[in-house]
Formats: sequence, structure tokens, C-alpha cells
Amino acid sequence: MRDPGRDVCGGAFAFPVLGDPAPGAPAPGGRAFLRSRGSGGAEKFLIGIVLVWFAVLVLFPLGAMVRGVIDAGFAESLRSLASPIAQHAFWLTLGITVISVVVNTFFGVILALVLARQKFAGKLLLNGVVDLPFSLSPVVAGFMFIILFGPNGWLGKWFEAGGIRVIFALPGMILATIFVTVPFVTREVVPVLQESGTEQEDAARTLGANGWQTFWRITIPSIRWGLGYGVCLTAARALGEFGAVLIVSGSVIGRTQTATSYIHQEFVDFHYAGAYAASLVLAVASFLMLVAMELMRKRVADRME
Amino acid sequence: MAIWKARRAWKARSTPGYGDLGRPLLLRAMAAGYIGFIIALPIVALSVRAFGGGLGKLWANVVRPDALYSLELTLAMAFAMVIVNVAMGTLMAWVLVRYKFPGRSLVNALIDLPFAIPTVVTGLMLVILYGPQSAVGRFMAAGGVEVIYAKPGIVLALLFVTLPFVVRSVQPVLMGLDKEMEEAAATLGANRWVVFRKVVVPSILPAVLTGAALSFSRAIGEFGSVVIVAGNIPMRTQVAAVFIYGEVESDNPQGALGVSIVLLALSFLVLIALYLLQRVGRNQDA
Amino acid sequence: MTPLGSILGFGTETLDMGIIVRNVSKRFPGEKGKGEGLLAVDNASFEVPRGHLVALLGPSGSGKSTILRIIAGLEAPDSGEVMMGGKLVSGRPVHQRGVGFVFQHYALFKHATVERNISFGLEVRKWPRREIMQRVDELLELIQLKGYEDRYPSQLSGGQRQRVALARALAPRPSVLLLDEPFGALDAKVRRNLAVQLRALHKEVHTTTVFVTHDQEEAIEIADEIVVINRGRVEQVGTAAEVYDRPATKFVASFIGNVNVIEATVENGTLFIGPGRLPVGELVDTSRSGEVVALVRPEDIELVEDDATPGIECTLREIRYRGDRYEQELDLAGLAVHMVEDKTRGQTSGRRPGDRLRVRFTRYSLFEAESGHAALRRQLESLGYIE
Repeated sequence: MRDPGRDVCGGAFAFPVLGDPAPGAPAPGGRAFLRSRGSGGAEKFLIGIVLVWFAVLVLFPLGAMVRGVIDAGFAESLRSLASPIAQHAFWLTLGITVISVVVNTFFGVILALVLARQKFAGKLLLNGVVDLPFSLSPVVAGFMFIILFGPNGWLGKWFEAGGIRVIFALPGMILATIFVTVPFVTREVVPVLQESGTEQEDAARTLGANGWQTFWRITIPSIRWGLGYGVCLTAARALGEFGAVLIVSGSVIGRTQTATSYIHQEFVDFHYAGAYAASLVLAVASFLMLVAMELMRKRVADRME
Repeated sequence: MAIWKARRAWKARSTPGYGDLGRPLLLRAMAAGYIGFIIALPIVALSVRAFGGGLGKLWANVVRPDALYSLELTLAMAFAMVIVNVAMGTLMAWVLVRYKFPGRSLVNALIDLPFAIPTVVTGLMLVILYGPQSAVGRFMAAGGVEVIYAKPGIVLALLFVTLPFVVRSVQPVLMGLDKEMEEAAATLGANRWVVFRKVVVPSILPAVLTGAALSFSRAIGEFGSVVIVAGNIPMRTQVAAVFIYGEVESDNPQGALGVSIVLLALSFLVLIALYLLQRVGRNQDA
Repeated sequence: MTPLGSILGFGTETLDMGIIVRNVSKRFPGEKGKGEGLLAVDNASFEVPRGHLVALLGPSGSGKSTILRIIAGLEAPDSGEVMMGGKLVSGRPVHQRGVGFVFQHYALFKHATVERNISFGLEVRKWPRREIMQRVDELLELIQLKGYEDRYPSQLSGGQRQRVALARALAPRPSVLLLDEPFGALDAKVRRNLAVQLRALHKEVHTTTVFVTHDQEEAIEIADEIVVINRGRVEQVGTAAEVYDRPATKFVASFIGNVNVIEATVENGTLFIGPGRLPVGELVDTSRSGEVVALVRPEDIELVEDDATPGIECTLREIRYRGDRYEQELDLAGLAVHMVEDKTRGQTSGRRPGDRLRVRFTRYSLFEAESGHAALRRQLESLGYIE
């Protein structure tokens, strides 16, 4: 399954660290020596620590946010969500997310095919660089795009001459979001491709399928759940991206302000109701994404058996 | 005609089993071109701009008191987080894999949530819970403990956003651990603590370190949650990412170059460390 | 029995094609350009006559699967050519060759049902829906899996998967059927059963069929001809009787059936064997002299009863009862030689280890020991043919 160790080109990140590694596996409590000896006291103590830690770190903050929305009042929350500024921010985020997902799905599959199926000089480098956006600060990522596409930048000069604004405008925000979400699809699809091998594709070819037919009828169906998982990760990350987009967008209210920078702005301006309500919307969206991922990951695990 | 035939032969030879779609060179060129444009070119642009002004200027940029402080603070906070996360993450993975208890599947399912939730929302949640307006915050303030707009808040935010990494890299290794190894050690006379130290720890160590490195790299670049939780107070709570943001916002991109290069270099180091760790893990498996 | 020929659409002269493999070589590159790589196929040539069932037989790693994949177009040869039905197909991509291929691990489409697996080749050829359904129906009947249409491959047993793979390959009415170790992943009983079924199927439909196997019994049992392959080279092409009784090379003799590999010397028209230089008798084959290798099958050693017939003096070391036969180990002046005797010959009763016997070789083959006896022994040992 998701065994980073076995994955020869899983990239430095061996990224699929997310997800319960064994859905549907029998519940624990086997005969492991370290648990079988009547260790009731110690066991309960350790479980207690974990539950308390999890509550303090994750559950209480989540609860506090829901509380915050309730305290601010539903009417007030809805009013702020319905405001043109908030609406614009959410639609902008949605648009950027869709574009990033489409682009990174397309190139992510190509990258995965290349990394899983080909051998060439420089593969190790390509493999490492694909993971870089994950380890690099989004602020630095955004800053790099400012330098590249700014008025004095190598590419900025060209675009400026053509009358196209990249920085502090939509193209820059899309580029920044694409940058931070590059690894996800690739890292999810590579192990699935390696696992399923090329035999089914060979079989399709001997049965008379041409390259496209093989790709659409065999390759895509065999990677679909891994691909879906990667798409969900990409979408979740794109919806919530803040630093990289903020720095290239300049966060002009009603123009280049995304949902996350809207939350930030409302918070800085002490408009807590708007900030809390928008946060809850994004949190629910990411929660739904997580549920979808959970379902797909189970299918991935089934497929890999 | 002859040329056409040769071309067909070339096609057949270069693409055994993968046909028209699989022209490997075309796919490879697309992959490399995409990564080159989206990732490599910006990095080169940043590096050229940073080193283009001379090393002396760049160095001055890094050792500026507020810049240096932001870097030191970032590293200190990241290390503090890593220590806690390694301990708690390993414990969590252990408890989730080995014990059965009510709420286990809920905890297991929600572990990834911090990864999916936008960082701004994370920051906001922590402020609502621990901020000066909240009951918890007032209680802590009364005890002289400041969380929000202070260092504990930064560590807390980092712990939240990096929660999945150690747990999720240790969990599969623990599950794959051969229980007979532990039993063998026990029959050889090792007590439970010795078994844990001599059998379990060496097996999961590469995974723990992988989780630690992932957490560390995420922490040194973290922006959204920290900017909300810690604010933007130079020489007090301003971490490196927030420092860069501040410099760019105040129209001084030159000032951000030094810290950016340091963060970039750290990212590369983490990538290399992860690559090496992965190789160690693979050797252990084999 | 159903008229399979008409169901499958084989037997029509235009579709049914012979295969010619001519001077085909293929080298797999070594790791990162280092080393010479592996010469998987070394100038292989053979013909598969139209309508025949031919086995490519060889040890694992001998290149037989690579040859099959080259015929299918799944691998491209470095040199040489493949012809089907008299036409050169070397440059033609896989999906235009019209071959049916059964993969060793079946390569069933995991995401598709049995029905969709079988209909795949017809769908990509854009057959009308009604004809596809009809064809799938016929094939399901043929492989006796009616009622399994909606199962997924993971819900089938190994033998059932194998049959689905066969039906899928047959569906588009291929002119040539290629099978890569088709029964390799099955247990012995299912394997035998399916091998017999393949033979029966071929008798009925007569499509040109090539299958790869490392199991000599399987090859002898079902193939019209056997192509013996070793280290990428074709060692011999012939019927089962030909390769068994008249092996063209040492390898063929030792790979097919059991054989005693005996170091021997020819001097003045007489064959001497073993370190004790035991004289065997007058040579039949006088083409060789000096150091040679004599290959003698265990069943080609015969006990000599009467004193008039010349025989080789030896000692019985061990005798084992094997149900239908006795296996005996003889000591011929320090050389261990295996002999097999039918139970019905009856003289074995009462024989004990240590008894003195006289035997003669009813048939043997001599081969040159180019690299000396020791080198040959090492080579055969490394391949696992002798202990």
C-alpha cells in the first residue's frame, strides 16, 4: 500500500503521508507482546494523554469557532457572507481553485507517467524539484513570482510590454496557487501507476486499442481513485492558500481579494462576525474534501490489494 | 516513401507497448517544461536577483537585526514544535495502531483535518479559543501565561498545522512491524521497556525522522496561522515568512531577498534529508 | 460438441497465418548505460507453419518470452524481422497486428467486469453493440463461465481468470494466438486440465498458436513442434520425438527429459567413460574423437543378462521404488549414473545395493567438450540440470 520505503520514485516526500494507512484493517488488539501483558493502567494512561492532546489541539479550537459564529449571531454572519466583498472573494477563490486543479491534474498525470514509467538522466532531480513547493514557504513562492513577473522581472518586462498585468492581478494569483499545489496529483498517482504496472496496457494494445484508447479506457480507470485523491488534496490546498496568493495579489478589496485574505482583512479590521462565518464556510468545505478523500482512499487501498 | 517507412519503424521501436500516446520524449519534455516554468524558473529568478547584488549586500540583508531575529525565532519555534510533535505524534501513532478505545476511529479520521483546513482559519480558531477575549485566554492571562500574540501561540499553531505528519508516517511502519520480532525478543528475556527500545524504536526511527523533517519544513515556512496568532511585531513575534511579507508589503523587496534565500536553502536541505531517510527506510525494508 | 471453428471464425484461409521469425536479436540496456546489458535474444530464427501449435521451451531467463513479445510487437527487436502470413510486420504497432495475447498473469482489466474484459477488443474495433453481445455470449459459453458476466476479476479463481484471459484474446478473432506461460501461475491439477483444453481447442480451430513454457512435459504433451531456446538462441526446432530422441545440442539433451552427463574420451574408435576410463564398446558415431561428453538417458541403460553380450561392469549403489518403475543409481568405475527400469521387466526384485551388475547403453549422444569437461559440468550445474 502506501509504503514510502518501497516506492523507488516516490519523491523525497513520499508524499502520501495522509490518510489512515489501513482502512478496513482489523481493529487492533492482536497478540503483540507490548500490549498483551495486562497493561491496563499504562494503556489507559497513554490513551488518555492522546485523547486530551487531540481535544486541546483540534477539537476545542473547532468547537470555539462554531461557538464564535453562534455568538456573533446567524443573521449577522449571513449578512456578512452575503456582502458583495465576501461574495467576490469566494467566487474568486473558487475560480482560482478550478483553474489550478485543471492545470495540475493535466500536468500532474503527465509528470506521474514520466516519473513512474520512464528512465532518463536527470530524473532524480525532476523528482526532487516536484516536491519543492511542499517544503518551501508559500510566502517565498509568492515572492519569487513577484521577482519573475514584476515590472523589472525577466518575464514581467514582456508581459508589461504586451499590456498584461501578472502581479497584483489574477494571472499571478493563479500561478502562485498552481505552484503550491504542483506535487499533490503527481505524488498520489505515481505509486498507483507503479503498482498497477504496464501489463493491462499491453493487453489493451494487443486487443487492438490505440494509444488514446488505451489511455482513456485502461490507464485512467486504473488510476482514477488515486487521481481523485490527488485532485481533492489540490483543491483543498488551493481553497485555503493564503500566503503565496496574498503576497502576489496585494489583496485589493473587491478585486484581488480571495476568501482567505478576506478572512484576514475582516479579522484585522475587528469585523469578527464576517471572519468567523467565512472561516466556518472554508472549514466545512475542507471537511467535505476530507470526507471525499477518505472514501477515495479506501478505493485506492482496495485497488492496490 | 523511404523516410515515411523509417519514421514508422522509429515510432514502433521507441514506443513498445505504449503507442502513439506514449511518445516518451514528448511527455518528458512536457513534464520537464512544466516543472521548469512553474518551479525552476522562479527559483532561478530569485537566486539571480539575490546574488546579483553581490554577496556582501545579501549578507547584510540576512544579518539585519530584525531579519536575523525572525530567522532565529523561526528556527527556535520550529525546533520546539518538532520536539513536542515527535513525542506526541509517535505516541498517537502507537496508541492508534496498538490500542482499541472509544473515539479511536474519530481521532484517526480527523488527524488529517489540520492539513485540509486553511491556515488562516487555523489561526482564527486558536485566537477565538485562547485569545484575550476568551475565557481560557483570560484564565491563562490571570496566571501570567500569554498565548496569543506570543511565542506559545506560535508553537501551538505550528503543532496544529503539522499534526498529521509524524502520525501518518509512523503509523504504517508500526502496522507493518512484525509482531514476532517483539515476541522473539521477549522469549530471549527482554522486558517490555527493552523490547520497545531495542526492537520498536530502531524500526520506526526513519519514519519518525521523516515525519519530523516534514513538520520542520512546513513550520519554517508557515505563514497564515502564525500571522494571525502571533501578529507582526518585529523583534518579538515576527517569524521569517511574516518578515518577508512585511518587507514586500512596505515596498522593500530587496530587504526580503536574504531571508528568502535562507528559507529556500533550508527547504532544499530538508528535501535532501528526506531523500536520504527514504533510502535508509528502504534498505531496512529490503 | 459445438462447432467451435465456426463460432470462433478461425479456419478461414485469409485470417489464418503462419509466422516467420528471422535473425531476430534484442539487447536490453544495462543499468545506467553501464555494462553491455543483457542479450535477451541472439539471432533467433524459426518458422511457425500455418495452423500449428508450437511451444517455445526454455529455462527462465532464456529469452523465450521476449521472442513472444517481439512477435506481438510489444517489444521492438534491435535487428531481424517478423513476418506473418507472408507480410513483414516489424514496423507495425501492436494494435494493428491482430494477434491475440494471453499474459502470464492474465493482465485482466481489474476495473472491468468479465463481460467488459471480453468485449474490449470488439469495442475498440467499433463493432456494433448487438454483435458484441452475441460474440461475448459465445465465448462465455466456450469457457463455461456463463452467469459470471458481471463479476470482477478479483472475484474469480485463478483458473477462471485464465479462461477469461483466453476468451478476451480470442474475441476479436485473431489470426495468431500467443500465450506467455499461460498456465504458469496455476496449481498442478488445474494446469494439466487447462493444457488439455488448449490442445482440444486448437484441434478444433486450428489457429496458428505459439505458447511459451518452461515445463518440458507441458510442451511435449500439447505442442506440434517445440522450439528449444537457451540464452536467447534457438537450440533446436522439431517435434517432441525429434528433440527428445535426437537432441541437436548438449543443452537440448540435458534440458528435455533426464539425462546422465558423462565425461568421456574417444580413442581408436572406442569410447571410454569416467575417471576410470571404462571402455563402453565400439562406437556408432565415429565423427568425434578426443575429449567428448556422452549424454545417456536413464531409460536407455539396459541390464545385460547373458555373458555373450559385451557390457560395462558396475556396482548398484541405490535402488528406489517409484510405483511404475525402479530408479537405480549405478557406480561405473567411480561415476554415478542413473538408470530407470520398468517394473514389468521384473528382474529388479531381490537386487540389493552393492550387487555387481553389467549394463549397456542402448542409445547415447556424443557432443564435443569444447571448453573441457569441468567447464561444461559447471555450466550445467549452474543451470540446475545436474546436481
